[in-house]
Amino acid sequence: MTMHAKAKHQLQGEIREISCRDEYCRMTIAAPAICHVAAAGQFVMVKPAADKSNDPLFRRPFSLHQVVDGLLTIIFKIVGRGTRNLAKMQAGEVLDVVGPLGKGFQLSSEPRHYLVGGGMGIAPLHLLAESINRQNPQSEIIALLGARTARELDAFADLQDLRFLRVELATDDGTAGHHGLVIDLLERAVAAGGRGAVYSCGPWPMMKAVALYCRAKQLPCQVSLETVMACGVGACLGCAVSGADVAGDGYLHVCKDGPVFEAGKIWL
Amino acid sequence: MVVNKPDLTVAIGDWQLANPIMTASGTFGYGAEFADFVNLNRLGAIVVKGVSVKPRIGNPPPRIVETACGMLNAIGLENPGIDKFLTEKMPQLQNFTCGVVVNILGDSLEEYCTLAERLKETAIAAIEVNISCPNVKKGGVAFGTDARMVYEVTRCVRERSNKPIIMKLSPNVTDIAAMAAAAEEGGASAVSLINTLLGMAIDIRTRRPKLANKVGGLSGPAIKPIALRMVWQVAQRVKVPVIGIGGISTVEDVVEFLLAGATAIQIGTANLINPGVAEELVDGLENYLLENKIAAVKELINGLLA
Ligand SMILES: Cc1cc2nc3c(=O)[nH]c(=O)nc-3n(C[C@H](O)[C@H](O)[C@H](O)COP(=O)(O)OP(=O)(O)OC[C@H]3O[C@@H](n4cnc5c(N)ncnc54)[C@H](O)[C@@H]3O)c2cc1C
Ligand SMILES: Cc1cc2nc3c(=O)[nH]c(=O)nc-3n(C[C@H](O)[C@H](O)[C@H](O)COP(=O)(O)O)c2cc1C
Ligand code: FES
Repeated sequence: MTMHAKAKHQLQGEIREISCRDEYCRMTIAAPAICHVAAAGQFVMVKPAADKSNDPLFRRPFSLHQVVDGLLTIIFKIVGRGTRNLAKMQAGEVLDVVGPLGKGFQLSSEPRHYLVGGGMGIAPLHLLAESINRQNPQSEIIALLGARTARELDAFADLQDLRFLRVELATDDGTAGHHGLVIDLLERAVAAGGRGAVYSCGPWPMMKAVALYCRAKQLPCQVSLETVMACGVGACLGCAVSGADVAGDGYLHVCKDGPVFEAGKIWL
Repeated sequence: MVVNKPDLTVAIGDWQLANPIMTASGTFGYGAEFADFVNLNRLGAIVVKGVSVKPRIGNPPPRIVETACGMLNAIGLENPGIDKFLTEKMPQLQNFTCGVVVNILGDSLEEYCTLAERLKETAIAAIEVNISCPNVKKGGVAFGTDARMVYEVTRCVRERSNKPIIMKLSPNVTDIAAMAAAAEEGGASAVSLINTLLGMAIDIRTRRPKLANKVGGLSGPAIKPIALRMVWQVAQRVKVPVIGIGGISTVEDVVEFLLAGATAIQIGTANLINPGVAEELVDGLENYLLENKIAAVKELINGLLA
């Protein structure tokens, strides 16, 4: 039999660190096999290993925020039962982790990169920024980050500290940076700094605005989508989104064809 | 002391399965999706996603909702159609040494017959016929809810095919045993049950159904007691082997279905939650037999005491 190199793993990962502030949590999990093959924009699906209750039933998907020395970090917001249960976990407890899943960001060879994130969609941009920098340390990387309030942005303090990154902020309530939308930042940054590859992850209205702007300006643009997921591996076909040409291409599946898509491939 | 490995084999007609653990249609893709998590060749069989004559793009999203200990799905039978299935999916399926069962669906009697015919030349272990679909010519009544139609579909597929025929029964009926009897009369080699139960979920904030299709099929641990009851009822009524499906996720669940009269079982929703579960249950069943000093899994089948 030929050896089959695994692209995905299911493993029991010990939680090494967990800290929550307000409703924002950061969790670091020992998952060497997953870290070994992980790429920016991919995700994991997790479930507390000890929870055999089947309620809630599904695993929960989270983007890879950081991958360092066999440890993976996710950043999540408590929004419902699943995330509340995860937030209650302690260091030393074990998560059942499946990953890395999906297709991540394609690293562009453009000299300039605009990373546009909104809310929890900022999570995958850390690993993305590091990957772009590693591929070409000369790259100019500009992160344009939006959130409802400054507190939400605090969850991503580590991203704002990356040396090779220029960061601009926008908040809905004006508590940090520009008082307004992140798309305003992108328009301004491109007008001032020039063309570049655009990567976007966040709420759909934000990504749609980014994608439409990029289409008008003919900038290469990738967006990272979220849908409810059951399997995360392309089996259940539950995570469908409309392709750019629904009649011709039908639906795309976020867990397998994405979560990162070229903006031109999906229905805007 | 020599510990003999327990005998896990079961038979569905002439078809010998290495063990009674199969995966359910629509929850295991085409097998390849799980190759990183499960040694597919250790399974009794895999059942692939339902295939129709023409490609189907499926229902608009949202297609799935989590419910208490279960889920609703309205995938809409998205599949590439039989042509693409045979050219693109079949070759890789033929690499697996476990049994491969192809699940078929149609919206007319002719479509079911055509599909049976098209699968003649393949090396598959069996055909499973999903009759939970609406019969377009009969005003959209699901084939599986009318004993006459169950009989007709079974007979046609039986006549056009050289493979074992598994009729997959819908639980959305008053008397599922009567449907099983109709399938048996039509020449089914086995019946499998249950398919999903029709259900609904509403978002009270938006006052809209949570599924774009409004209603969907309920599956997962929540449906196990209903499935088990139906398997038991059907096993008492028909002589052909019964394949138990519905909410199975542990070895105890498997044993319950075998005791209720199932010859084999299928794991559905559990694959989506725990991608390694199918192989875990093969190991788990073997350990259960060892620990309980049961020489052969066949001893459990229909082992329910009065
Ligand atoms: C590829 C991907 C990456 C993600 N990355 C992150 C991340 O890095 N940080 C973060 O905070 N969140 C992320 N999310 C969203 C996160 O998965 C949801 O917030 C979480 O599943 C909510 O679970 P819950 O039980 O707390 O909420 P509930 O609302 O109780 O969940 C009910 C159901 O809806 C699903 N669901 C609810 N909200 C979402 C959502 N926004 N996207 C997908 N499914 C949802 C749940 O998984 C569950 O099946 C990501 C989602 C996807 C698909
Ligand atoms: C996402 C999903 C897709 C399914 N697709 C099919 C299908 O294409 N054909 C079919 O006969 N049954 C299909 N089913 C039904 C399952 O095969 C199974 O009968 C049902 O889910 C009950 O088993 P479970 O509780 O173990 O999931 C599907 C179920 C789910 C959850
Ligand atoms: S979540 Fe199952 S196919 Fe994407």
